[in-house]
Amino acid sequence: MARLSEENVRLAKEIISRYPRARSATIPLLHLAQQQDGHVTNEAMAHIGELVGATSAEVYGTASFYEMFKFEPVGKYLINICGTMSCALMGAEELMHHAEHRLGVKLGGTTDDGMFTLERAECQAACTEAPCLQVNYRYRFRVTDADFDSLVDDLKAGRLNDEIPAHGTVARVRQHIPVDRGVGAVPPEDVTEAPTWMDGKAAL
Amino acid sequence: MTTTEPTPEVVVDPNAINLTINGRPVAARKGELIIAAADRSGDYIPRFCYHPRMSSVGMCRQCLVEVEGPRGPMMVVSCMTPVAEGQVVRTETDQVKRAQEGIIELLLANHPLDCPVCDKGGECPLQDQAFSHGPGESRFIEEKRHYEKPIAISDLVLLDRERCILCDRCTRFADEVAGDALIHFTSRGNNTQVQTFPDEPFSSYFSGNTVQICPVGALTAQPYRFKARPWDLEKTESTCTTCSVGCRITLESSRDELLRYQGVDSDPVNHGWLCDKGRFNFESVKSDARLSNPLVRDGASLVETSWSSALSTAASIITSALRSGGATRVAILGGARGTNEDAHAWAKLADALAIDSVDAQLGDGLPAAVLAYSQATIDDASRASTIILLSPDLKEELPILYLRLRDASEKKRSRILEFAPKGSGLTRYAWKSVPYMPGNQATVVASTLSESAVSAQMAKGSVVVVVGRSNLAESDEYTMAALDAVMAAHPSATVLPVLRRGNVRGALSAGLGRRDAVDILTDAANGEIDCLVLVGSDPVADFPDTDLARRALAAVPNIIAVDTFATASSTKATVLLPAAAFGEKDGTTTNLEGRVTRLARKVTVNGTSRPDWMVALELADILGHDLGATSVAEVHADLVSSNPVFGPATRAALSAHPDGVVLAPLATVTPTPVAPPVAEKPGFGHRLVVGRKLYDNGRNVSESPSLAPLAPGSALHMHPLDLERLGAADGASVKVSGDRTSIVMNVVADDSVQRGTVWAAWAQSGANIGELIDATKWVNDVKVETL
Ligand code: SF4
Ligand code: SF4
Ligand code: FES
Ligand code: FES
Repeated sequence: MARLSEENVRLAKEIISRYPRARSATIPLLHLAQQQDGHVTNEAMAHIGELVGATSAEVYGTASFYEMFKFEPVGKYLINICGTMSCALMGAEELMHHAEHRLGVKLGGTTDDGMFTLERAECQAACTEAPCLQVNYRYRFRVTDADFDSLVDDLKAGRLNDEIPAHGTVARVRQHIPVDRGVGAVPPEDVTEAPTWMDGKAAL
Repeated sequence: MTTTEPTPEVVVDPNAINLTINGRPVAARKGELIIAAADRSGDYIPRFCYHPRMSSVGMCRQCLVEVEGPRGPMMVVSCMTPVAEGQVVRTETDQVKRAQEGIIELLLANHPLDCPVCDKGGECPLQDQAFSHGPGESRFIEEKRHYEKPIAISDLVLLDRERCILCDRCTRFADEVAGDALIHFTSRGNNTQVQTFPDEPFSSYFSGNTVQICPVGALTAQPYRFKARPWDLEKTESTCTTCSVGCRITLESSRDELLRYQGVDSDPVNHGWLCDKGRFNFESVKSDARLSNPLVRDGASLVETSWSSALSTAASIITSALRSGGATRVAILGGARGTNEDAHAWAKLADALAIDSVDAQLGDGLPAAVLAYSQATIDDASRASTIILLSPDLKEELPILYLRLRDASEKKRSRILEFAPKGSGLTRYAWKSVPYMPGNQATVVASTLSESAVSAQMAKGSVVVVVGRSNLAESDEYTMAALDAVMAAHPSATVLPVLRRGNVRGALSAGLGRRDAVDILTDAANGEIDCLVLVGSDPVADFPDTDLARRALAAVPNIIAVDTFATASSTKATVLLPAAAFGEKDGTTTNLEGRVTRLARKVTVNGTSRPDWMVALELADILGHDLGATSVAEVHADLVSSNPVFGPATRAALSAHPDGVVLAPLATVTPTPVAPPVAEKPGFGHRLVVGRKLYDNGRNVSESPSLAPLAPGSALHMHPLDLERLGAADGASVKVSGDRTSIVMNVVADDSVQRGTVWAAWAQSGANIGELIDATKWVNDVKVETL
């Protein structure tokens, strides 16, 4: 996969139509690209540039500002182990060593089967639950070596498929916002109904 | 008797602002930045990222000053803060000094301090300000950040990220000024760096400017790297004559060798910017291929000889041609690449000998009558509410004019209404771009201008028509007819003629446009010319109809060529005289808007080369005519006193106005309405459109090793749908046939080309499109076949 697929181009155009300026859609489209390929490819960035009217360099400049966009292939599961103060005090280093042994890769590496990428992360704002980690940005708290092993086993066996989609997946349910309800399409004071996608679940 | 004095009316300028800087009152204008007001008042504020020709970004914080506020003095960024009434600014307090020292210390924390091997050392704002406004010592002992040194971000520019202080000047320039946002900050925090997109180089026509404005040595130019130290360079101000925009530059040399040109900020012309072709073609001046001694034909070969013998041979050729059939047997082509003085001397020689077959253009320009309309300057165009383009692709031919007009559109001062046979660099900035099939432009222009939205737009304010030759494969009358159509619809419009050659306007104004080169070469081909003088011109390479040029030159018994290089045309010459090049001679030049500026000599001539004016004077002398001048100053004085068009461009006026003196329209010619026949859509095949790319086979590119590889080479551009219909793949070889001959070219899919037309670039290596152009035809159609 390289450029955005036909289906994703259709989605991209829908997303672009929500903004007063096409360029404002750059980041949502980068998410779309990452969802498609697991990471953001050069071809996808060039394609996004064409779609929003920016140069590839501008798209790359924007994308590379954000740590969560990856430009190299990433495993299906990205495991970020927190290494900041609270977690460090509670054994993050040891957990990382264990993880490296268990997965057979160094921090920053990806397993040969493409299943796991292991990374060290900065504070994940769960300091009271140290040491903590995230799998595709889903939390696991007070993680022991045994917890880590069973997490890996469960992921491999597909037992967590419902909870944890593949890396890059932004959401499994996509909101389709009609053009006439896009940002800036209607002044807020004129909005009288809840958005259709809210399906009556919330009051205005 | 008492008279009552009328009370003087006090005019209060609503935009005037009074503030004090360092205790002294300063008058400023609303919206002006503190740093700009301080520059005027002589209170220098150190800075790195601020550049008066670009928007402020407040990136470096070096320009902090103290401003009195409601709660006492506060620190503000002077390049982001506008002046205000009653504002009290201090730029030299202890607090300000501490801030300046702190910023310098931080900037140097990661700076490699490799000044001894850095091109910028000696003229580096970081180095200079570290001395003048730095703490003198650093508290940082940690390891510095390391990057691969340097990386090439284009064929011409290298980037050393360790030296970069992230001022955003280069990236801002690329985006705001050049419109080529091909470099950008990437990553974040300590890893922030300037980068291109992977495998997409910073191939902008304007990339050299980033090297000039980088406040450190992070960006270096391939042609200049490690060639000199700034303190060894001698500088003189001059004007680039590579094209007719006439950007102001400095010529910089060391040990009598040109090493660099830098842009000078001329407000009416280039704003400090240069295109890369103008900036880097100094290499061609020092090319080994330059002619250095006169050559005279001896049988099949040209042999070196002395100037006196070469000149007397030349004079005897001219004399015998005049004797055999009179002045009509002698023709002079060229003069648009020299100085006004060169052109004047040759015009005087032509006058003395009563030669009428004289043209400074080579069938690739427009009739001199285009200079007779009410003229607009570049500034007028960039302030006009409507700019009408009847011009070639300005980005390719007159790059800095392209920047000025692009800016007018981007800043919403002007709306561009473009008429073009093919999409151009300005198409994306145009309010409306109307394509036409060559041969029909006058009709298209007239009907577009009668649309109500268009006439409403034109009624909003001033209208400037930018007129040049957009297609070398059609009669120039079509452009003139289109211009007439605009003038008929909007008589108050003014005209900015965009003839391309460096000093073509000077040459035409000096009297080197007497007969069309097409007629002269046709006469020559018919055996009616005995002596052809080529003054820096090469018809075989530059005249659109290659076949006619070749036949003409073959039929002329004696050719006298005055040139810096041997050319395709001068191989047949009887006498070949080496000419002094740009940078090797003094004089003045006239840009496309008629602005006369001074040129400077910076290095000694190559070999025994002589300036064109001197050659003309010496020839005249041998032929028994005293042209009344012996130096360039005298030629200039004679030009100013004898040619009323140049009247205002006196030596004194030019010294007083470094930005030049603008000449009046050419009154010696009157535009006559033309009505070329409307050319029907091509019945078979495609209508041929031939334009230019910035980099071509021209000597100033091909003899500049850094620029030569940038010429794209010959190719036939075709609309993708036409290509599909032809059944050829993108890049395939195709046979392209005109009435006379066929050539084989590679075809390129290009959706800026109109359907039914094909486009090719002039003067590229590979197949020569000139073989398919017949200058006697109104338009040229070609047939494209797969092989
Ligand atoms: S390369 Fe030079 S101009 Fe560009 S950001 Fe760095 S210091 Fe500024
Ligand atoms: S735009 Fe023309 S005059 Fe200006 S630098 Fe380029 S070639 Fe020289
Ligand atoms: S230190 Fe690990 S979550 Fe805050
Ligand atoms: S010059 Fe003002 S912040 Fe850089």
